[in-house]
Amino acid sequence: MKFLVCVSKTPETTAKIAFSGDGSQFETSGVNYIMNPYDEWYALVRALELKELHGGSVTIINVGPASNDAVIRKGLAIGADNALRVNAEPNSSLYIAKQIAEHAKTENYDVIFCGKESIDYNGSEVGAMVAELLDLPFISFANHLDLEGNLATVSRDIEGGIEVAEVETPIVVSAAKGMAEQRIPNMRGIMMAKRKPLSVVEPFDFADLSVPVHFQLPPEKGGCVYVDGENMDELVRLLHQEAKVI
Amino acid sequence: MHNQNNGTITKSAKTDRFQHHDYYGVDELLTEEHLLAREAVREWVKQEVSPIIEEYADKSKCPTHLFKGLAEIGAFGPSLPVEYGGGGMDEIAYGIIMQELERGDSGIRSMASVQGSLVMYPIYRFGSEEQKRKYLPKLGSGEFIGCFGLTEPDHGSNPSGMITNIKDDGDAYILNGAKMWITNSPLADIAVVWAKDEEGAIRGMIVEKDWKGFSAPEIHGKWSLRASITGELVFEDVRVPKENVFPDVRGLKGPLSCLSKARYGIAWGAIGAALDCYDSALRYSQEREQFGKPIGQFQLTQKKLAEMITEITKAQLLAWRLGSLANVGKATPAQISMAKRNNVHMALQIAREARQIHGGMGITNEYPCMRHMMNLETVLTYEGTHDIHLLITGMDVTGLNAFK
Ligand SMILES: Cc1cc2nc3c(=O)[nH]c(=O)nc-3n(C[C@H](O)[C@H](O)[C@H](O)COP(=O)(O)OP(=O)(O)OC[C@H]3O[C@@H](n4cnc5c(N)ncnc54)[C@H](O)[C@@H]3O)c2cc1C
Repeated sequence: MKFLVCVSKTPETTAKIAFSGDGSQFETSGVNYIMNPYDEWYALVRALELKELHGGSVTIINVGPASNDAVIRKGLAIGADNALRVNAEPNSSLYIAKQIAEHAKTENYDVIFCGKESIDYNGSEVGAMVAELLDLPFISFANHLDLEGNLATVSRDIEGGIEVAEVETPIVVSAAKGMAEQRIPNMRGIMMAKRKPLSVVEPFDFADLSVPVHFQLPPEKGGCVYVDGENMDELVRLLHQEAKVI
Repeated sequence: MHNQNNGTITKSAKTDRFQHHDYYGVDELLTEEHLLAREAVREWVKQEVSPIIEEYADKSKCPTHLFKGLAEIGAFGPSLPVEYGGGGMDEIAYGIIMQELERGDSGIRSMASVQGSLVMYPIYRFGSEEQKRKYLPKLGSGEFIGCFGLTEPDHGSNPSGMITNIKDDGDAYILNGAKMWITNSPLADIAVVWAKDEEGAIRGMIVEKDWKGFSAPEIHGKWSLRASITGELVFEDVRVPKENVFPDVRGLKGPLSCLSKARYGIAWGAIGAALDCYDSALRYSQEREQFGKPIGQFQLTQKKLAEMITEITKAQLLAWRLGSLANVGKATPAQISMAKRNNVHMALQIAREARQIHGGMGITNEYPCMRHMMNLETVLTYEGTHDIHLLITGMDVTGLNAFK
């Protein structure tokens, strides 16, 4: 079985988010980066578990600059067999999906995994786009996946219950919490990762359809004002004069 | 004497909010694999150590289940070759692993230091091929726990005066004597023991726990390193087969070369304890308000924090340079002494200052400073006391021996 895991690099959850003065760029200085947790804990680990059960190989793909190699190396240390980096700035979901699809279309992967979303842009788009570009079935937010021959049983949380789907591989799956449990790489894995192949390819030429024009922080959360339930006049005054909503 | 309480231990719901502090960009001197190792061990400590350590320390219990986890993550002998159960990493990676473990607790770091540097390392360095094949893989995988017996009740700083001894008896030696203050001893499957032969030369040997005449009672009542178990080793006519004695090493250089390894790890480890105290104090100084402002706004608090990060930065550079020397086999025992002494003392001072910043809360187990402070009292003393290391530096620079 051949598994492909799409991983991205995201700022650490505690990173302080700031943008350049004109709002055109994310300020990267002082920000620590990690592998997107949905990709690492759920997508990658489930791919490794399935490889351990059924044999085969796990490949990591990332679209990004050379500074992403550290994150890719971590994936190799956790246990992936090899990795591919498409050497390009990952500017939009479609751009990333096109690059991944371009690689995957000739490789005959049985399952292409991605995380349910990246914790920076929270787009949840890349997986669906890859599936569409390759004309493969897509199951989003999956929290369980079993394989038997080329039949995959996948379950996903839905409002008030669980949906279970059966689908024939090849498929694209986005992994959510529950799919697997985090694996911390051990020292042996870290040393082995150094010798695993990480190939770098130049991007396939494609004119992006969207370009980010402006970033801004959400308005700061104001403090909470408690108004005594008896004091209707004050409530009306605040809504009218301070909040200016009535 | 402290009573061993065997009540159940529950995981604390508190999250470990530790963040690294790298004021001088020392990380840029590290490789990708160093940083990966640090991240992995830190994650492991956050998941496995932080939620339980306060309670184990409080109850003076050793979290023995962590031996397996330490082995799995690769904390035992990371710089030993892979074929002998090690990790094949460099000395800086070994230091970083010790730093992250001690960031959690000096006792946990001690479990790993002893197993890796004081048990696996001497077997690797001085053992016969059969000894290596027999013991190292099991020690590396955590199946066997080891301990290191050098110190005696009447011979601490002066181990060459030891009275534990072996007498030739055909295909075995007869071992008699007692060792004191031995980390891991009550749990250990094997002990690396140093004893004098009939010529008065110090010899090293591997003693198995089930051998007749050997016992390892626990030492109770420690106010320091409470999550690490410490005991004695008592030998009454223990028959040690000759194949269990290290064939070629004679004299104090045997045990001292192991201590150099472990002291090197402590020089890094202490930075971890210091970072944890600083990190906690810095956060507390921003969150705690008095007189209408965060206490971090007062000059006296800033002085403490500024001095802490200055000392940590110096210690980080010292450790990094020592690691670079060790990687090419050029770190001298005297250089290791300097780093061990400086960094442990630095960490102890920081634990005390950080404790003050936390006010009354600082004396509780809500915050890690007091536990680190108590632990560091041991770290200041074991593996060569603070003063003995000073005398080693003194001897190195003057060429004059103050021990005679
Ligand atoms: C928790 C714990 C775990 C330990 N684990 C181990 C272990 O696993 N294996 C092991 O072999 N040992 C272990 N030790 C022992 C440790 O290494 C010794 O305690 C240490 O070497 C000091 O010896 P001592 O306690 O006998 O003190 P002493 O040697 O009696 O020293 C007492 C004081 O006298 C000072 N002093 C001694 N000689 C001189 C001198 N010439 N000049 C100036 N000052 C001097 C010392 O600096 C110290 O301040 C452990 C100790 C502790 C506390």
